[in-house]
Amino acid sequence: MEGSIALLGFGEGGWGPSIASGILVTVSLALATLPLGLAIGFFVALGKQSPEPSVKLAANMYTTIFRGLPELLTLFLVYFGGQIGIQKLGQLFGYTGTIEINSFIAGMFAMGTVFSSYASEVFLSAFRAIPKGQYEGGYAIGLSSGQTMRKIILPQLIRIALPGLGNLWMILLKDTALVSAIGLADILRQTAVAARVTKHAFLFYGTACMIYLALAILSSFVIDGIDRWAAKSGVKR
Amino acid sequence: MTESFINARTPAVLRPPIPPRGWTRSRVLGHLLVGLWFALLLGLVLYLYSAWNIELVKKYAPTYLSGLWTTISLVGSSIILGAVLSIPVVLGRLSKNRIISSIAYFYVYFFRGTPLIAQVFLIYYGVGSFSKELQSVGLWIFFREAWFCALLAFGLNTAAYQAEILRGAIRSVPLGQWEGAASLGISKSVTFRKIILPQALIVALRPYGNEVILMIKGSAIVALISVYDLMGYTKLAYSRTFDFQTYLWTAIIYLILVEILRHLWDWMERRITRHLIR
Repeated sequence: MEGSIALLGFGEGGWGPSIASGILVTVSLALATLPLGLAIGFFVALGKQSPEPSVKLAANMYTTIFRGLPELLTLFLVYFGGQIGIQKLGQLFGYTGTIEINSFIAGMFAMGTVFSSYASEVFLSAFRAIPKGQYEGGYAIGLSSGQTMRKIILPQLIRIALPGLGNLWMILLKDTALVSAIGLADILRQTAVAARVTKHAFLFYGTACMIYLALAILSSFVIDGIDRWAAKSGVKR
Repeated sequence: MTESFINARTPAVLRPPIPPRGWTRSRVLGHLLVGLWFALLLGLVLYLYSAWNIELVKKYAPTYLSGLWTTISLVGSSIILGAVLSIPVVLGRLSKNRIISSIAYFYVYFFRGTPLIAQVFLIYYGVGSFSKELQSVGLWIFFREAWFCALLAFGLNTAAYQAEILRGAIRSVPLGQWEGAASLGISKSVTFRKIILPQALIVALRPYGNEVILMIKGSAIVALISVYDLMGYTKLAYSRTFDFQTYLWTAIIYLILVEILRHLWDWMERRITRHLIR
């Protein structure tokens, strides 16, 4: 028992610092992916509820493709495919050196596309929950369609979409564990290295699970807080 | 008199012609986006056509097929295992006993709150590291095989998700159904089997379908613990050939698999809700 505490600690021969840096990588990757995924997801949802059939088709194709692919495969496609693509582009401009794609950026884009395809569904159902009269009211007092969207629809939309987005955040946090497969030093990667070196695999993978669990519990507190804050500005019923 | 009145008015009721659809900004944008998608798809087809290499196909197509079979059989068995394991978990969650329900709650929270890949590693590398102890109780044969470890991890994981699906579905059946059956003198177990479950399964069908699709996608990670499923053989083929088309073919296969399942589920849902359509 004392041996395990020493192994997980920050002292001599302890793996505490490297695991802590892994937590930092996981959290920053998830936080960096979130705005990207939310922004793409929002625009895809806008496309899906557009009256124009061609926009709808394009948006639906996006979701069909990125919801149908395994997350790990999307990650590999972005990582290896991006590498080859940039290499080819470099050759076109006469650059022949090898170009390494940053695994953090690759992870961010892969997770962002997956997140956005799910988020678009959440936003879409939130859009459908907002009555048409809200738009009409906005136009009736002379707001442009952009202003109506920003000042009338969006505040309500975010409130309705929050629980769904909270779930997606939890999924995103867990999905970031996949980037350890392309060599990013996140929680899982750091604990895997420690497990291989010390031969205490159960201890370290168990620790990894507990850290993810702690992050999930922490997130649920934060999401509850945001929920309460958003509910305050809503209509009192 | 009225008849001639109607006849006289009829021509005037003709509706004005539908206004012509102009090329609005969103319409132009939509056509551009769809064009972009088709250009990408065409590019993919052209790339796969130009990169077509019969030697490569001859060598790796059979491995892809066996990998696909591994994926399907692994997911199928773990879904069944999970369905069996989820029943005691649901009973625990619905139990009035505080201790039992909190154990079930922690089980579900643990498996839903941690990444599947970490659970797989915990079972394959973590439990596997106790090889001496496992050998002494005769379980080493089980934990030595990556396939069985993956099955166990997936089964435990999907059991937690399926338990939540089933619990929600049972809760969605109104209490009056239980009371009605009780007033007819039907025992609790018969009520559950013949009255509650059929209604609950209609609610649960769609989440179950989502769970199957999530499992198929999630099962790709077994490639990281040296199980040769579709993803595993793809990684192998890529590491040998460095040919990117290996990944593209896999993406196509996964997409087709998921789309087939999705349509199958739509069809099933239409079929079992026939009596609800008015």
